[in-house]
Amino acid sequence: MHSDRAPLTLKLAAAGGLLFLHLPILLIFVYAFTTEEKSFAWPPPGLTLKWFAVTWHRPDVWEALALSVRVAAISTVLALILGTLCAAAVSRTRFFGRETISLLVILPIALPGVVTGIALRSAFSLADVPFSTWTIVLGHATFCVVIVYNNAVARFRRTSGSLIEASMDLGANMFQTLRHVIMPNMATALVVGGMLAFALSFDEVIVTTFTAGQQQTLPIWMLEELVRPRERPVTNVVAMVVALVTMLPILGAYYLTRGTDQVAGQGK
Amino acid sequence: MSAVTFDKVSRHFGAVRAVDGVDLDIAEGEFFAMLGPSGSGKTTCLRLIAGFERPTAGDIRIFGEPVADLPPYKRQVNTVFQDYALFPHLNVIDNVAYGLMIAGQGRKPRHKAADEALEMVRLGGYGARRPSELSGGQRQRVALARALVNKPRVLLLDEPLGALDLKLREQMQEELKTLQRQLGITFVFVTHDQGEALSMADRVAVFNEGRIIQVGAPEDIYFRPEVPFVADFVGSSNVLPAALVARLTGENCPAAIRPERLQLAEDGPVMARVTGLSFLGLTTRVSFEAEGTRLTALLPQDAPRPAQGDLVALTWAEGDLHLMRAGL
Repeated sequence: MHSDRAPLTLKLAAAGGLLFLHLPILLIFVYAFTTEEKSFAWPPPGLTLKWFAVTWHRPDVWEALALSVRVAAISTVLALILGTLCAAAVSRTRFFGRETISLLVILPIALPGVVTGIALRSAFSLADVPFSTWTIVLGHATFCVVIVYNNAVARFRRTSGSLIEASMDLGANMFQTLRHVIMPNMATALVVGGMLAFALSFDEVIVTTFTAGQQQTLPIWMLEELVRPRERPVTNVVAMVVALVTMLPILGAYYLTRGTDQVAGQGK
Repeated sequence: MSAVTFDKVSRHFGAVRAVDGVDLDIAEGEFFAMLGPSGSGKTTCLRLIAGFERPTAGDIRIFGEPVADLPPYKRQVNTVFQDYALFPHLNVIDNVAYGLMIAGQGRKPRHKAADEALEMVRLGGYGARRPSELSGGQRQRVALARALVNKPRVLLLDEPLGALDLKLREQMQEELKTLQRQLGITFVFVTHDQGEALSMADRVAVFNEGRIIQVGAPEDIYFRPEVPFVADFVGSSNVLPAALVARLTGENCPAAIRPERLQLAEDGPVMARVTGLSFLGLTTRVSFEAEGTRLTALLPQDAPRPAQGDLVALTWAEGDLHLMRAGL
């Protein structure tokens, strides 16, 4: 007979796995409250909330945060436009080299970030493009487009093609069909793709290192802080806040997609 | 006036001739069926009328107006799709009112018209539901209401009953026919089911390999097939090869004879061996093999029944052998 209860060893293994994954994250959180500022001593000698106030008054944190948000926002918008258009072309039409294009679009996510970074950096210097917010945005867009594209392609595939024909049959031109049929059916997929793209861009380090020049996004700023310690727990405070803030869109994306398992536009 | 005319219309997809030189003339107010096996070009013809396909060659007119350059949204035709294609993000009433919304009607009048259309397909009170909450038959009615609410001059139906079970299908056949007579709209109906085509349509066009093989009233198609393909596909008739017919009648062309007209006899023009018997209730179907040709007869229940392997003579009344002089 099949037993519904897992054996004890399996439970222990699962608990061990979860601890291994999450304990380090909890440690980071704990150190945000420590009174010791030079090194991370365990157990923390005392607990305090003062690092939150210190962080609040550090302009370098705000600058890095602002840059990160700006880069993530612009990359996401760029990715939404390009990714959706590309997905529409690949899934709605047949043309020579369609499969190749589909592969080439997905490739950047499989490529190691180091390779993408070096490639972009040498391309920028060859073209004499000075490093700026825009070079970071371009770097991030390479993988953000893929995320949006994947989500959009999956939804296009599940949306029956005859919906568009039905709309046009009922008198709607291309733009009306886009507005009244395609967009409402694509909306959740695009929101999810956008959220994931934003989260990915927000904590990206490798490509950013190669394309940022003198500017610091939040993850790069954190890396620098660890190398040159000054008010060390500030890093932990930032890490904690960033973790909480990026988890929200990912959880949101999860809940939004959960309900859409039934096929949109399925006829029968 | 003709509702739809095709003049030597072709639609080729690369080397595939989906529609190959079709001439067609559908009268206004007619219930017209396009019948054929899958891949015979009937659905492509429907899509050519709707505007989803452009002809490779030839001229299509809807009520006399050439439509080659008109996109689907500028044609006065509406389609009931095979998979219904209801918008999953809209409820039933907004699905039905979609065409009117696009046409710029206000919320109140378009919902009123949509309500009436739903009433007409006997789905009054279902407006607030989502398409996913409806059964197959109900979705089919919503699709019908969504097309009819726009008052099209031609309604195109692409295998609309294909996904329904037998009982529902028979009921919908009746309803569609009644609806068509009430509204007086031209219906163009695509199906691979010969029974459906014969029972519903005023005229039937039989398609095969991208061409129209025969057009005519259901009785013509059924009793007077012009070529063996029509005799076989539409009527499940027995097709006698030209050589056999030449010996029997002296005319060198194939001929058709309906299974219910074949009789067993003491002596007859054709000797056949019984290869199978199946009981159908009202009749018994008997399969024969005669001079290399497979034949089928439907014998009434009170007729004497042969046994498997018997060698019997087959006969028929003079007028029952239908010569197909047009087709070899």
